[in-house]
Amino acid sequence: MPIVYRCHPGIGAAVTGTALVAEDNFSARYDLDRKKGVFSRPAHKLFGEDYRDKILVLNTAKGGVASAWMLREMVQSGITPKALVFNTVNTILAQGGAFADLTMVDRFECPNITTQIRSGDEVHIDPEKGEVTVLNRD
Amino acid sequence: MKLDDETQGMLAGEFGPVRQWAAHHQVTVGNFFDAEDLVPVGQAHIMADTEATGSSGVEFLEELAKAPQNQRRVRIPTITDPRGVDFNAYKRLKQTDGMVDLERRLIAAFEAFGVLMTNTCINYQTILPPVHGEHLAFGDTGVVIYSNAVLGARSNFEGGPSALSAALTGRTPRYGYHLEQNRVGTIHYEVSHQPRDLSDWGALGGIVGRRTDSYWRVPVVSGLKSVPNSDEMKHFGAAAASFGSLAMFHIPGVTPEAPDIAAAFGGNPIPKAEAIAAADFEAFYESYAARGDKVDVVVFSAPQLSLLEMEQVANLCDGRRIHSGTTLIAVTSPEIKFAADRMGLTKRIEASGAIVLEGVCFYQSYAREMAEANGWKRLMSNSAKLVNIIGGYGYKPTLATMEKCVDCAVAGKVL
Repeated sequence: MPIVYRCHPGIGAAVTGTALVAEDNFSARYDLDRKKGVFSRPAHKLFGEDYRDKILVLNTAKGGVASAWMLREMVQSGITPKALVFNTVNTILAQGGAFADLTMVDRFECPNITTQIRSGDEVHIDPEKGEVTVLNRD
Repeated sequence: MKLDDETQGMLAGEFGPVRQWAAHHQVTVGNFFDAEDLVPVGQAHIMADTEATGSSGVEFLEELAKAPQNQRRVRIPTITDPRGVDFNAYKRLKQTDGMVDLERRLIAAFEAFGVLMTNTCINYQTILPPVHGEHLAFGDTGVVIYSNAVLGARSNFEGGPSALSAALTGRTPRYGYHLEQNRVGTIHYEVSHQPRDLSDWGALGGIVGRRTDSYWRVPVVSGLKSVPNSDEMKHFGAAAASFGSLAMFHIPGVTPEAPDIAAAFGGNPIPKAEAIAAADFEAFYESYAARGDKVDVVVFSAPQLSLLEMEQVANLCDGRRIHSGTTLIAVTSPEIKFAADRMGLTKRIEASGAIVLEGVCFYQSYAREMAEANGWKRLMSNSAKLVNIIGGYGYKPTLATMEKCVDCAVAGKVL
């Protein structure tokens, strides 16, 4: 029986992919080398990790308004995560997700989604229902 | 969401495809945050440097800008955050003609919307300061937190597409810091070490931001013995927003929605305070320490410098020569640059070999490409916000006072 986590209804289309998880925060400007598709800020827990086509599962959004533009640029360039999953987002990430039409959900019933999903898990996100399903574990 | 007839008309395309896009974007965001309706806003401030927009963002804006004038003109005064290139200095910084071309295209698109190219993140000091209770759609996190906390205005962080949407509709979704109940304090800090200069205020903002660590929490900072001035508030707020994604704070007896600590918490029970002591400041600075390292570039930016900060840089540079292996850059807004030119401050700063830039901000100016082209690695700044951001661009940052930064720029190494 797959594990289902309920969250607030989100943005974008339903997607399935491989999770990349950290109990850390996120900013497209601060944390990423968007040309190489890797986390580039040394202090980030995913430093050096390739985020392309992954479902990123992180705590919350940091700083910068730039992510609102950058998510769309990332989607259009093809060097992009497949979806973003947060405990909570700030306004910028939600606006950026809406502008980019990038799948995004947050506000889970469980207290910390980054401790529930593991890197490498196969995950299905249904933003309209507000559900994230881990497919490879019971 | 409850939408008025005009917004319904925009959504239906009655005002053309540009306002239809804007209204649709606002409804998507508003629904995500459970906004009940849209609130009229008095100004919009758009963050849209080309390093952030990329070419796809520029093409998007150019496409919208092709609409007939009555369909594309902004409905409220709309201004811009710093650009990515200073056209008068880009060759000295080894930025490329391609970057300049993209900037020129973006500016042409914005001007077609009727946007005023103010190119500043200190509009609250230089253009039109927000007023208590005024609803706004501001970009730049430092601008938003200052406007909310210090001036009592009401804005969320509005990314470029959302700020442009607000400019085109004259409204924004009513959620977050537009709502009274979200503006009260939720966490309490007691400061026992008094900040002495701008880098200390930034460090305090960084400490508060790191600990608070959520857009949706509002810190109340008590224990400060003096009233910070506008530049000190600017560095504190910008760092808090950068380190913690914060958009609001209270300092009892100082900020307008907190005449006292009880008001800061909206009449709710006052939480036990977390201490912020001298050791916390020391640890903050120490995390960026690099004694003896060669300094490649010293940057005063993020936020842009006020006229008084420009004077401080000029005073520190007078009669000195920046080391040949180090570049010192001071960044300000076009309005302040004009004043600094008129008052001789630019000339005094540049006589030392330093560079004054206008209308840009260092980290929004293709910082990674500049580092690669100029061989820059070790960066010093008195801006806690900048040292937080710039590591992601491949730099090794060090935080110090403005005075020490200039001393190190002259010596060519971290003293």
